[in-house]
Amino acid sequence: MATKLKEVDAVIVGLGWTGGILSKELAEAGMKVVALERGGVRSTEKDYALPNIRDELRYVVRHDMMQNTARDTLTVRNNPTQEALPMRRLGSFLPGEVVGGSGVHWSGHTWRWTDMEFKVRTLYEERYGKTFIPADMTIQDWGITYDELEPYYDKFEYTAAVSGKAGNLRGQVQEGGNPFEAPRARDYPLPPLTPILASEMFTAAAKDNGYHPFPRPSANASRAYTNPDGSVFGACQYCGYCQRFGCEANAKGSPHLTVIPIAMRNPNFELRTHSWVTKVLKDSDGKRVTGVTYTNILNGEEFEQPAGIVLLCAYAINNVHLMLLSGIGEPYDPVAQKGVIGKNYCYQTGAGATLFFEGKYFNPFMNAGGSNATIDDFNINWEFDRAKAGFVGGYNVAGGFNTVLPIGYRPVPRGTPQWGKAWKAATAKWYQTAMNIGASGSVMANRYNYYDLDPTYRNAFGQPLMRMTFDYKENEHKMGRHAAKVINDIAKSMNPTALNEATARTEPWTVVPYQSTHNTGGTIMGTTPRDSALNKYLQNWDCHNLFLVGANVFAHNASYNPTGPVGALAYWAADAIKTRYIKNPGPLVPA
Amino acid sequence: MNDQGFGRRDFLKGAVGTAAAATTARSLTPADAHAQQPAAAPPASSADGYSFLNLDEAAFVEALVDHMVPADELTPNGTDIGINIYIDRALAGGWGKGDRLYMQGPWKTGVPSQGYQLPLTPAQLYRAGIAATNVHCRKTYGKPFDRLDETQREEVLVGLSSGKISFEDGLPVRVFWSTLYQTVIEGMFSDPIYGGNRNKAGWRLIGFPGAIAVHRENVEKYRGKKFPSDPVSISDMS
Repeated sequence: MATKLKEVDAVIVGLGWTGGILSKELAEAGMKVVALERGGVRSTEKDYALPNIRDELRYVVRHDMMQNTARDTLTVRNNPTQEALPMRRLGSFLPGEVVGGSGVHWSGHTWRWTDMEFKVRTLYEERYGKTFIPADMTIQDWGITYDELEPYYDKFEYTAAVSGKAGNLRGQVQEGGNPFEAPRARDYPLPPLTPILASEMFTAAAKDNGYHPFPRPSANASRAYTNPDGSVFGACQYCGYCQRFGCEANAKGSPHLTVIPIAMRNPNFELRTHSWVTKVLKDSDGKRVTGVTYTNILNGEEFEQPAGIVLLCAYAINNVHLMLLSGIGEPYDPVAQKGVIGKNYCYQTGAGATLFFEGKYFNPFMNAGGSNATIDDFNINWEFDRAKAGFVGGYNVAGGFNTVLPIGYRPVPRGTPQWGKAWKAATAKWYQTAMNIGASGSVMANRYNYYDLDPTYRNAFGQPLMRMTFDYKENEHKMGRHAAKVINDIAKSMNPTALNEATARTEPWTVVPYQSTHNTGGTIMGTTPRDSALNKYLQNWDCHNLFLVGANVFAHNASYNPTGPVGALAYWAADAIKTRYIKNPGPLVPA
Repeated sequence: MNDQGFGRRDFLKGAVGTAAAATTARSLTPADAHAQQPAAAPPASSADGYSFLNLDEAAFVEALVDHMVPADELTPNGTDIGINIYIDRALAGGWGKGDRLYMQGPWKTGVPSQGYQLPLTPAQLYRAGIAATNVHCRKTYGKPFDRLDETQREEVLVGLSSGKISFEDGLPVRVFWSTLYQTVIEGMFSDPIYGGNRNKAGWRLIGFPGAIAVHRENVEKYRGKKFPSDPVSISDMS
């Protein structure tokens, strides 16, 4: 039987960016906070230090900082008629499992999602009519606005040391920034990163083609920086080992060097590592939760941790899994289109070209996590006519590199042999003289893309695995064709020696190879309990003392990387809890 | 060390002196010597023994990596840069034993988009795949892979990589091939601490600087210019 522990004010499940932000904020508000993290502590000094951090095999190929599928994984299928089978090893996405979570091994791309996402149904119906959105596309408004979130984006950007160039300061478009971005109150805390040749060439070509390139905002400190909390950052070293790695220079905005150590110094906060939460406990009246049960995975001992508030801050997938395992809220049913837990799982799509320039040295081993120039002309540019393009959503296009190491990255022109002398010669010739242009595209929610519990397979704790049902739909295929053409047109205008053209994907989504750790939805925020799991403060509609923080709250997925709104929403929810909820516990939005 | 590997196998099998074993062009060419010049001597041969591969498997892997990575002016051959040693260690270690692999049944084939679904650890897959490939080779050419000539080896690899060969025992050839290929690449381009990429030959081939600490100054200084790389490995910095 589980040992019942003393009640605390708040228990936080998972200690990455969101758990770290909530831990710090709530502990500072005087609450007794316990954080439960599956992984162990790793530090820059001992673990992300030279020389051992520079190990592609260990960190990229063998997933040293990632979740272990031997213990828990998902089952996957492309549609409800298939039998789901376990994802037996990681591939398509890579959730982290250490103190700091995926915030340690991300690249740092930090975007502000706008009302084009938050008011997606309203805006598209207003402009394109009620029939433009396909019937099975279950997109809906998120219940929040950009203006509400703006100060929290700002707070996250200043905490995480984001380098970039404002494109719109209080309504004034700024030269050199992203002209399509929503107004911001002030510029980024740090100037843009030093451009690399590939991003410079992309910038020039994009301009020539009439587009509006800008440096990608990224939580890689372009110079030494101390954030408003006093956390100290070193300057980015352009070492080329960013994505999948902890930062040796403390230059990447990561929770383990910002919010988490601040929480750790607060006597109100306690961290328990190697603690695997198996269930959120519901009160008998169904209107509150009472705490969580967890297992100490060092010895198998089980505990019950009672808490006044429960915050699920694990990776997006695991937050949804925990809700389904705990029986909180009605599981989503795609046939009846009822229920909310598991609804609107989304992913991202993309296309890419490789350009070969004989004799031009791109030095692909010298880059920051965000050494990309980007265009948003087909993304958050509302002037881009979706009726003509025939799809909802958008994609950003970028040129540059981040973390292209030689086990995984050895570009050769299509048709090159895969081994032997000719392969070696081509690999030697092109490794340094090629660059990429890639698009990252949104995925709109679809009725048949969702999570539920698998009927067959179980994890190491004897619990059902979560089942992911996902595939790209016609909307994404149309977007992919559009993106491939734009990429190829830009690429051809650059006159490369050889070009591996971008092609739109036509195959079903597959669990290999790596694509993107941008899994969203499953417990979405929204305006009513009928069609969402959480209100705009990320508070569960059923149990008012349960909050879920992470990309699992996104009602659909945009083209952008998710961490910007993930961080901003964490600060937004923390504020609502501190200033309103603890004074008057109950629903923050009437159901 | 290839020659040693072959010799040991042949000696133990009492098969010394077959023409095939002697025709695999393993003598050190001037190109090898040239490619090995820039850096220090390879690590001591005491690290070269096999801890997973049996004699047949070792002969297969040695022949495979020398065919895929033949010596020329760009690199020494695959065994001389330790790709076979990398593979052996990877198979003997945690990865080979499937330490992060979900290994609970039921086992079903599924569809390709569902990824790896075999009830085999990577080491078991490798072992079964080598055996099945050698069955194919004996049937087609009358001898195992390591005794084939270069043209025959090429035919086999094309057959494996394109899926034109199918294994009689039901092992999916593409799954075997993708694992085989991935491990050869890893053995060529991972840090030398894992036993391959000896003398950083893989990194030298492409001009990858390795475990270098900083590029903050270089990013402007070498923008558009070739970086003068003498690669650094983890052990160089340890």
